[in-house]
Amino acid sequence: MIVFEDVHKFFGTHHVLKGLSLTVHDGMTTVILGYSGTGKSVALKLIVGLLRPDAGRVTVDGHCVHELDRDALIQIRGTIGYVFQFAALFDSMTVAENIRLGLARRGLDEDTVEQRIRESLALVELEGTEDKYPAELSGGMRKRVGIARAIAYRPRYILWDEPTTGLDPVTTAVIDQLIIRTRRELGVTGIVVTHNMTSAYAVGDRIAMLYEGQIRQVGSVEAIQQTTDPVVRQFIEGRPEAVVPVEVG
Amino acid sequence: MTQPLAVPTGPPLRAVERVGHWAGETAHAVGDIVTWGPLLLGQMRRLGVDSLPIAVFIAVFTGIVLSLLASYIFTGAVPLVFVGALVGKAIMMELGPVLTGLALAGRVGANIAAELGTMKVTEQVDALETLAYSPASYLVVPRVLAGGLMFPVVTTFAVVVGVGMGWLTAINLLDLTSVEFIKGLRLFYVFKDIWFGLVKSASFGLAVTLAGCLMGLTTRGGAEGVGRNTTRAVVLGCEAILVLDAFWALVLL
Repeated sequence: MIVFEDVHKFFGTHHVLKGLSLTVHDGMTTVILGYSGTGKSVALKLIVGLLRPDAGRVTVDGHCVHELDRDALIQIRGTIGYVFQFAALFDSMTVAENIRLGLARRGLDEDTVEQRIRESLALVELEGTEDKYPAELSGGMRKRVGIARAIAYRPRYILWDEPTTGLDPVTTAVIDQLIIRTRRELGVTGIVVTHNMTSAYAVGDRIAMLYEGQIRQVGSVEAIQQTTDPVVRQFIEGRPEAVVPVEVG
Repeated sequence: MTQPLAVPTGPPLRAVERVGHWAGETAHAVGDIVTWGPLLLGQMRRLGVDSLPIAVFIAVFTGIVLSLLASYIFTGAVPLVFVGALVGKAIMMELGPVLTGLALAGRVGANIAAELGTMKVTEQVDALETLAYSPASYLVVPRVLAGGLMFPVVTTFAVVVGVGMGWLTAINLLDLTSVEFIKGLRLFYVFKDIWFGLVKSASFGLAVTLAGCLMGLTTRGGAEGVGRNTTRAVVLGCEAILVLDAFWALVLL
């Protein structure tokens, strides 16, 4: 279980998270919605210790992430796969090498590593791309390799940072199916950060709306669809008229 | 009356904490041989072997100019046999290490800063951390060690080529024989001329690569940030070379 307890995060004088509290239950996919710049990706980075909260706690399986020593943090990170917004593949490595890098520290023998590479590429339907470089792949394929890299070491959690941003509708649907399959077939607990309501409804068991640094509403897909909160309604319906002032540009 | 020691609080304490954290991270990264060991040879080739052409190119013209300049300065005042002494001393102790260092500050420093900066802004550095790698162990240590090891090697080539070109210039364009040039070269030679230049170049290698890594890993703001920090890395590397050059002259001469 991942728990945010009254988390605050500043960047300079910019107060991004203003008391974020949220519980991510095991075996479910929780979607975090919110306007650009509200700190959704920041929340994901706090979970893996890439950022430290200025106040509050983020716990993973009861361990407060920012209080862990180096070895304990590495151990926690070993249970979490992170799918980055633009895949974050290592340009100088092939697809197989990208995936192997994440497996190299797990104490697996070479045969198991090769098997995991094949399995994870098969899951994202990218067999035969082992020797290709990221520059030779389309945006959607790169994202799928990023997913393969994240699932290869069999994490308990996967954090999806805007997994469908910039993709065409068909590729978006493919990625959504992959998110669903990782939960159903691998039993992974997921946190998905997205703006895409179709994806959110497709993959989410619970949806949380982050607004002005706090959770505005959290609930099932149905609860969110039937919300009477004007801020959440405006967001999920994509209405431009000003219930909430929307920054342009 | 004896005053009790004041316990630092606020910014001084945070600065001490940061230095302590940095020192701890550095010690851990250097000790993490399993991570950086397999990457070291590749970086030595990239930073050292691939830099040989530019270092040799500079050394060729430095040797020619220095020989001609020595002849111009000495003619009528000092016997031309001292051309060899000036060319040898100047290239071994100063121009070889410094000019090679400055050229490599541009090539190597910019290369490292641009590469790591791009990795930083495209979240590859974050990805590395989530895959249980320390960026310091994986990215910084092999580059800095490669710089410290390979700058002296590249400088050695530059010194040999520079002195060689000075000799070729002397025997072809000046009124000097090989024997006279070599006599001059050996006249004031001491072993310190060699190691002084190599110690300097090793320190330049460490400083240039460290500046590149530091600027690369602190890059923010996309392509513009990468460009800005790449420039800073080159400037910082060059400044470090000049400061270290003066430092070693004060300490070792």
